[in-house]
Amino acid sequence: MSDPRPVPLLTLRGIGKSFLGVRVLDGVDLDVAPGEVHAVVGENGAGKSTLMKIVSGGYTPDEGTVEFAGEPRTFRGPRDAQRAGVGIIHQEFNLLPERTVAENVYLGHEPVRRGLVDRRGMLDRTRQLLASIGETALPADARVGQLGVAQQQVVEIAKALALDARLLIMDEPTAALADHEVELLYGLVRRLQERGIGLLYVSHRLAEVFDLSGRITVLKDGRRVTTVDTADATADELVRHMVGRELSSYYPDRADADDPGPVRLSVRDAGNRKLRGVSLELRAGQVLGIGGLQGSGRSALARALFGVSPFSTGEVTLAGKPVRLRSPRAAMRAGIAYVTEDRKAEGIVPRQSVLDNALLASRAVFAARSGHAARTERVRELLAAVEVRAAGDDQEIRFLSGGNQQKVVLARWLALNPRILLFDEPTRGIDVGAKSAIHNLIRRLAQDGAAVLMISSDLPELLGMSDRIVVMRDGRIAGELPAGATEEDVMALAVGTVREAAA
Amino acid sequence: MSALSLLPARRPVPGVFVALTLTLAIGWLVVLLDGGQLFNQSTTVSLLHVAAGLGLVAVGQTLVILGGSLDLSVAYVISLSTLVAAETMNGSDGAVLPAIGLVLAVSAGIGLFNGLLVTKLRVNAFIATLGVGLLLKGYLDNGYDGPAGTTAPSLVQSLGYQRVGPVPVSFLLLVAVTAAAWFALSRTRFGHHLIAVGGDPEVARLSGVRNDRVLVTAHMLCSMCAGLAGIYLASRLGSGAPRVGTEGLYDLESIAAVVIGGTALAGGRGGVVGTVGGVLLLASIDAIFNQLEVDAFFKQVIRGAIIIAAVAVYARRAMRKAA
Ligand SMILES: Nc1ncnc2c1ncn2[C@@H]1O[C@H](COP(=O)(O)OP(=O)(O)OP(=O)(O)O)[C@@H](O)[C@H]1O
Ligand SMILES: [Mg+2]
Repeated sequence: MSDPRPVPLLTLRGIGKSFLGVRVLDGVDLDVAPGEVHAVVGENGAGKSTLMKIVSGGYTPDEGTVEFAGEPRTFRGPRDAQRAGVGIIHQEFNLLPERTVAENVYLGHEPVRRGLVDRRGMLDRTRQLLASIGETALPADARVGQLGVAQQQVVEIAKALALDARLLIMDEPTAALADHEVELLYGLVRRLQERGIGLLYVSHRLAEVFDLSGRITVLKDGRRVTTVDTADATADELVRHMVGRELSSYYPDRADADDPGPVRLSVRDAGNRKLRGVSLELRAGQVLGIGGLQGSGRSALARALFGVSPFSTGEVTLAGKPVRLRSPRAAMRAGIAYVTEDRKAEGIVPRQSVLDNALLASRAVFAARSGHAARTERVRELLAAVEVRAAGDDQEIRFLSGGNQQKVVLARWLALNPRILLFDEPTRGIDVGAKSAIHNLIRRLAQDGAAVLMISSDLPELLGMSDRIVVMRDGRIAGELPAGATEEDVMALAVGTVREAAA
Repeated sequence: MSALSLLPARRPVPGVFVALTLTLAIGWLVVLLDGGQLFNQSTTVSLLHVAAGLGLVAVGQTLVILGGSLDLSVAYVISLSTLVAAETMNGSDGAVLPAIGLVLAVSAGIGLFNGLLVTKLRVNAFIATLGVGLLLKGYLDNGYDGPAGTTAPSLVQSLGYQRVGPVPVSFLLLVAVTAAAWFALSRTRFGHHLIAVGGDPEVARLSGVRNDRVLVTAHMLCSMCAGLAGIYLASRLGSGAPRVGTEGLYDLESIAAVVIGGTALAGGRGGVVGTVGGVLLLASIDAIFNQLEVDAFFKQVIRGAIIIAAVAVYARRAMRKAA
């Protein structure tokens, strides 16, 4: 059979890897040609990130061979791989919050002049890099810790580009990006492709995989299931390979619109540094979706309701009584739970076990002794319900795959049995199978009488799950839409092409 | 996006200098009311001498702490260095340079050993450097009951007692070492990598930093700074003193100065300029209490309170930043 593709840039043969006796990768073959985008998909914990770290020198394989640019290579460490021309955008941010953007971008290969770090040159080059990916608003000398998640993701991308790699790995580069930034990334991927750079692209968003890649490899439980040409593949077929079963593409049934539950929480004309004139109601049994662009104030709203950066004006009433939610602890005691968008930084205690992490919030809120066994039991059920894959619930959480860590954090908040639930991007980074499990779980919580607020940048999810949708823009509420609204309706409000719709 | 998140990163003057100014102002006033004079020639000179000795150690300590490590062996390295210096010189001016060279080599060797224990054998820095310190203590206790050797007179005159106005040469040495360390941290790859290793070792590793090398180098530099402090003390005392390091509490005081100066104990944030501020603050408190003839016990209580207050202030700031 003749192969129209040029000589591969990267060839993996029979890659195997175990951690503490647990087999994570088993006989994986894969190759990438120059100028090709090769997508890798699979469930949380399938081994995608582990494979990517083997290619980029973060781990050494137990078995198998890596050939790069026609030569067999064993990278002894990330430095080795970088020298050879392999760059990676990690799924977890690899940034130092205390250092500037430029210092982070050039960490490990700072430009030097006469033996000294050329700080001006470093700043200039960082600005150029950021400009080349269309980010001109991000100052190169800002401290990374001050940046939002999306901006940090951009820094992470710039950091990988600064290496001038011949093979660039992107491990869920869009997990934290808003739509317009995803567009910028698309443009970037195409330009890199034209320059003959090979790309390995890991994502849970199948739309991206179909838009960008030439071939797709599916991993399941550490094994390669199949590699297909994207042109011949369908989404259903991919999902079947990933999950090993058919998935219904339907969202769970909505609440009965004619029989709304009582108002659990209402906000009247409230504001703080980032929000103005916010009014909304959360009803028992309903999911209120919050749409809007990155930076429109969606997360600020959740943070205000949870007492992280409280409202300074306006009033909040809980079940009819005025309350002041001045701290997360006060909010938790009032029955509010908040699943943050930045689950890595705000979410996990890396060296504690899965179970301890899941019990963290319950232990903080409830007295130590009472009902301990019952709560542990409930947490175990929740961990199973969100389909966490771990060696056991006593495993340290830092060894879990990124998506599985997020599921544990999710379980933690659900364990509080909250009456009001705030979700910020609940399924970001979570695989297709577990996604629908989480959707079902959210709906079930609502049916059991919880009031749910769900922020989502994933429009199909927002439209599919919400009983009502509030769209935000510039720290204000741009409008409210009923169930059955379209993507166009949401976007029109989000970018402000229509005048404030009927609220 | 809010304008706040787009501010460039400022590297603010550490709050320790505000505290230092306040302390000196209040101290000056209190001493004045007591009928004394805080800033006469002799008190200023002795304050700067105290600062020079502690400062040399603390600048080195800053490097290892920035890298997420710690050195508890410095006090013994200082004692050993005074002995190596004084015994090698044995009163002869011709032997000054070889003696300094030998001290630096010995202390670098100890730093290398500390560094290898911490990186290659992955012994916790606290335990590793404490262990090395105890080894040195055993050697010192065994071999020496009291002062030994004689420092060369030229070194005693110059580094020990010579001044430029009210500023001792030894303090100028501290200024030079601090400047060098500042430069290394902000303008060399080693400095950038060291701060990265302290900030997050895994991030540093995945970014291509050779963590072990960087940390070993920091440990060597830290020990060499302690060696310099030893040479300085030998030139003050005129001989080697087997217990001068521990009696001066140089291990804990140097760590205290680093923390008061705003460097995070966990590493990754801070710098040597703040440390020198911390050293001056501790030395000023000493000077003020000496003037007031406060008893030694009360002095320790006040110092303890200041250290705790400093850590609390920085912790609050860090929390506000995170919020
Ligand atoms: N350092 C480690 N020690 C032990 N187990 C690990 C380690 N790193 C990963 N694993 C395990 O290896 C498996 C694969 O993890 P990996 O991160 O490669 O998954 P993934 O496909 O990237 O998942 P996700 O979609 O959630 O990012 C998981 O079961 C994880 O728990
Ligand atoms: Mg992953």
